[in-house]
Amino acid sequence: MSAAPASDAQVSPHGAARPGPPLWLLLELTYRCPLHCAFCYNPTDFARSGPELDTQEWIKVLREARALGAVQLGLSGGEPLARDDLESLVAEAHELGFYINLITSGVGLNEPRIRALKKAGLDHIQLSFQDSTRQMNDFLSSTRTFELKSKVAALIKEYDYPMVLNVVLHRLNIDHVEEILEMAQRMGADYVELANTQFYGWAWHNREQLMPSRAQVERAEEVTRRFRERTDLAMRIFFVVPDYFERRPKPCMNGLGSIFLTVTPDGTALPCHAARMLPGLDFPNVKSASVEHVWYESQAFNHFRGFDWMQEPCRSCPQKTRDFGGCRCQAYLLTGDAANADPVCDLSPHHHLVTEATARAEQALAPAVQASAPAADGRVVERPLIFRSPANSSRLFP
Amino acid sequence: MNELSGAARPAIGRGFRLQWEPAQNAFVLLYPEGMIKLNASAGEILKRCDGAATVDEITASLEQAFSTQGLQADVLAFVAMAHERHWVSLS
Repeated sequence: MSAAPASDAQVSPHGAARPGPPLWLLLELTYRCPLHCAFCYNPTDFARSGPELDTQEWIKVLREARALGAVQLGLSGGEPLARDDLESLVAEAHELGFYINLITSGVGLNEPRIRALKKAGLDHIQLSFQDSTRQMNDFLSSTRTFELKSKVAALIKEYDYPMVLNVVLHRLNIDHVEEILEMAQRMGADYVELANTQFYGWAWHNREQLMPSRAQVERAEEVTRRFRERTDLAMRIFFVVPDYFERRPKPCMNGLGSIFLTVTPDGTALPCHAARMLPGLDFPNVKSASVEHVWYESQAFNHFRGFDWMQEPCRSCPQKTRDFGGCRCQAYLLTGDAANADPVCDLSPHHHLVTEATARAEQALAPAVQASAPAADGRVVERPLIFRSPANSSRLFP
Repeated sequence: MNELSGAARPAIGRGFRLQWEPAQNAFVLLYPEGMIKLNASAGEILKRCDGAATVDEITASLEQAFSTQGLQADVLAFVAMAHERHWVSLS
């Protein structure tokens, strides 16, 4: 450890002129995944993605990003364990000084691999669960994985990792929050993230079936609050509120190009993991551009920096320094213009698009495993969930 | 844990890592999917929390390094806060 200079005062946040470093680096190592979750944020056209970067190309990204000051590393996908060079990448990242988070479904994590990952310097494992019950877990991920995930959770504890369980909530499982929290406690989780579905990628495609009702959300919040009050509880619970039910948008990524850098399996660099959908941005590829160029020079990373890109009501809004106008992807998906205010904001002239979507969730019948969605005329029609799979991706984008 | 004693030996908490980051010109405390950027005095205290030194010894070391006196109350308060937030464990 190097010594701190005695005069080192807390550094103020960077000015608008020069962005700070990409503190958070997320590598989506592969789109391959043994699960087929209907709420996955991966792009629905992932089957068209180019070949994955090889080991040396990923190592180049790690070195360049670390040299700029990246320090938190997320290894994700797809399922990152599908890469058989994961252990080598972790070893390299550890050597460079990253704090390394593996974001995994647990499928493929056996004893030899967790031992090798621990030895390589992996700091943390975030394990996803789809529900507290085998039936719902297996249905929502379109696989049979519940027993296996339970075994992996025990393995994570055995190897003395702090365990974070991540459960994506939506209409079909949000009523099981109590059972989910009890399951997490039985497994010895240190943290539980109850992350309400963000509607991008596959989740956007399945939005009507996944949107909870307001009553469901409120019940889940109440259950979480009661659970937190239990005095015997060492486990910490994060409840990520579904932003469709808010009146102010989330400060998405602290503004694009502020701290967050994602690299997709084929090397495309994005200022947010959903940003590939945004038109008019020329996303660089780390195979041909340095991470320094990507972060500081590229059009795609500079376009939404600062406040000049904003339109009204954001441009003159005092909230803009706190929420940065919300999420560009959500603005684009809902209004067709990424520079609009995130319609979650009730100051947005498009806010009705959000309230209409949640109102439709109120009208829908009680959720069943066969998800239903009301048609435009109010009739309830059967509409199946579209599970994330290469076959469905190719069908949607032939 | 009641009143923090000067004889307690703080160590960086499980799942946390203290690290000097040149790009930020600061010590940072890293933990699952997060980071706390530390001010100078927090960094100076935490880098001495090695599980061997007592709070009193850490105080003496800081007073010597910065040629000053009377830091004990500040150090105790900081370590108590850090313990509450799981940044350090005590033995």
